[in-house]
Amino acid sequence: MSSPVADRYPIAFQLYPYHKSSDQTAAAPVRHPLVIVGGGPIGLAAALDLGRQGVPVLLLDDHEGAGLGSRALCFAKRTLEICDRLGAAGPMLEKGVRWNVGKVFHHDRLLYEFNLLPEDGHAHPAFINLQQPWFEKFLHDAIARAQAEGAPIELRGRNRVEAVTPAADHVTLSVMTPDGPYQLQADWLIACDGARSPVRTMLGLDFNGRVFEDNFLIADVRMKADFPTERWFWFEPHFKSGDSALLHKQPDDIWRIDFQLGWNIDRAKELEPANIRARVDAMLGPDVAYELDWCSIYTFQCRRMDRFRHGRVLFAGDSAHQVSPFGARGANSGIQDVDNLAWKLKLVIDGTAPEALLDSYDAERVYGADENILNSTRATDFITPKSAVSKLFRNAVLDLAETLPFARGLVNSGRLSLPCTYDGSALNGPDAAAMPARSRPGSACPDAPLGGAWLLHQFSAGFTLLTLDADAPESLTAHGLQVRRLGLSAKDNAALRARYLGDATSAIYLIRPDQHVAARWQSYDETQVRAALARALALE
Amino acid sequence: MLIITPNLRNPDEAYARLIATHEGLTEAESHALNARLVLVLMNHIGDDAVLAQALDLARGQD
Repeated sequence: MSSPVADRYPIAFQLYPYHKSSDQTAAAPVRHPLVIVGGGPIGLAAALDLGRQGVPVLLLDDHEGAGLGSRALCFAKRTLEICDRLGAAGPMLEKGVRWNVGKVFHHDRLLYEFNLLPEDGHAHPAFINLQQPWFEKFLHDAIARAQAEGAPIELRGRNRVEAVTPAADHVTLSVMTPDGPYQLQADWLIACDGARSPVRTMLGLDFNGRVFEDNFLIADVRMKADFPTERWFWFEPHFKSGDSALLHKQPDDIWRIDFQLGWNIDRAKELEPANIRARVDAMLGPDVAYELDWCSIYTFQCRRMDRFRHGRVLFAGDSAHQVSPFGARGANSGIQDVDNLAWKLKLVIDGTAPEALLDSYDAERVYGADENILNSTRATDFITPKSAVSKLFRNAVLDLAETLPFARGLVNSGRLSLPCTYDGSALNGPDAAAMPARSRPGSACPDAPLGGAWLLHQFSAGFTLLTLDADAPESLTAHGLQVRRLGLSAKDNAALRARYLGDATSAIYLIRPDQHVAARWQSYDETQVRAALARALALE
Repeated sequence: MLIITPNLRNPDEAYARLIATHEGLTEAESHALNARLVLVLMNHIGDDAVLAQALDLARGQD
């Protein structure tokens, strides 16, 4: 049976089955305020965020649900905080595997172990491991709940975008469906269509960077093993199954095993189950019973688009930037893209902020992408040295790391994703020198316990004025927005004091809808707050 | 600031010790030792600016 929209890959969960839309038989292309292309984690999160803010969202995907395979797997605290803001984190935390300990081996020797030692006083753990289809399913479940409460979100499966024609104030899309083609128009388009982004290709846009000449085999195995819930990484493992190897626990008794295979391999041969099993057997020993759940060979590149905004078309996630998997900076950075973009697009669509605010999305998330590419490139160069001398120093570091703590700081098996701080952003307002660096303008607000509740849960959907032991009005109306005050005392709260006051005795924080700090002062001054708000809205 | 004026109390002794440390090693073992030595000394120096000066000097770009 041939369909005009054939599957390119198998799916794990059917989430948005094809239904014929009245748009397909309309006499003229129907205009939508916002179309999102791609129903992966980034597209779903964008639809959920904007739909919850009341923006009518139409999401198009050429499949009907979440693709098979664990893929992204490691989700960082900031991602969980963002999903929590979107009402989707609960089931992720329930199903996800929490881990803090990592062990690093060279040959058969344990060099050292590290503990992420998550700081106390945060609602969310440092990391969870959760298969990507489940992450997508939980986002989709949250979309269904939001829809039931009236959020204007529509998902169209088996709708493949075949042409994109940008104009000054809209984009025209040609879409193929099982019932044939149709056209529609969008005031704004977000392309979340992945590393091979068809939208990017159709627009003829660049995607430059560095190719890493290496292949990695993922073997997800199902087994009842009593390995601890830890991340184990081997450089040049004694079991010879690859130049490096990784073992990491997933939910459902599944373990992620990664082998570095080198560049010149026979892909088809390496993917034969017998050959995969030979590598896994060498690693686990002959007596461990397991089933292969999902396997894949991947190569990777570190690259990004020059700009993430092209007029009315915005790129988010892998379509805009791609990194190596070391450090879990792929999906986690894409979710931060959504967090950054959604409130800005909402305010621009409402006419509250000028289009220039969207240029700050480009500036801030290009900065974030560069940080991720830098970290991921350095990890890759350490894991897969590109020259004899690079390998000489890499192995010298590993030799020293077993006994000398200083050398452990040089071992790089991936620097794990942390939220990006938008230092130098044009949206940032004044800083107060006495306050801690970690909550300076541009940073994501660190969480803190408030009795039985959490700080991040108290922020409003719009801008928040957080006051600590300081007077301020309960709300401020300025530039078409209402800024609500969250008045707290840090007197009996060591975490709030350490994270927000530092050497100051009082503080006023202007906090953006994405929970990043816009500006901070020691005391309230309406003129200053209005000016900082104008700056954060790109009105200056 | 990187010290580039004479700073070894007993240069002949220090040099002889460096050479003696490599005695009996294959070329590959000696390269590995040198790499470990560079890392140990880098950590001892610690200062980014001094290290950058030292690296430039060694590369012939001072």
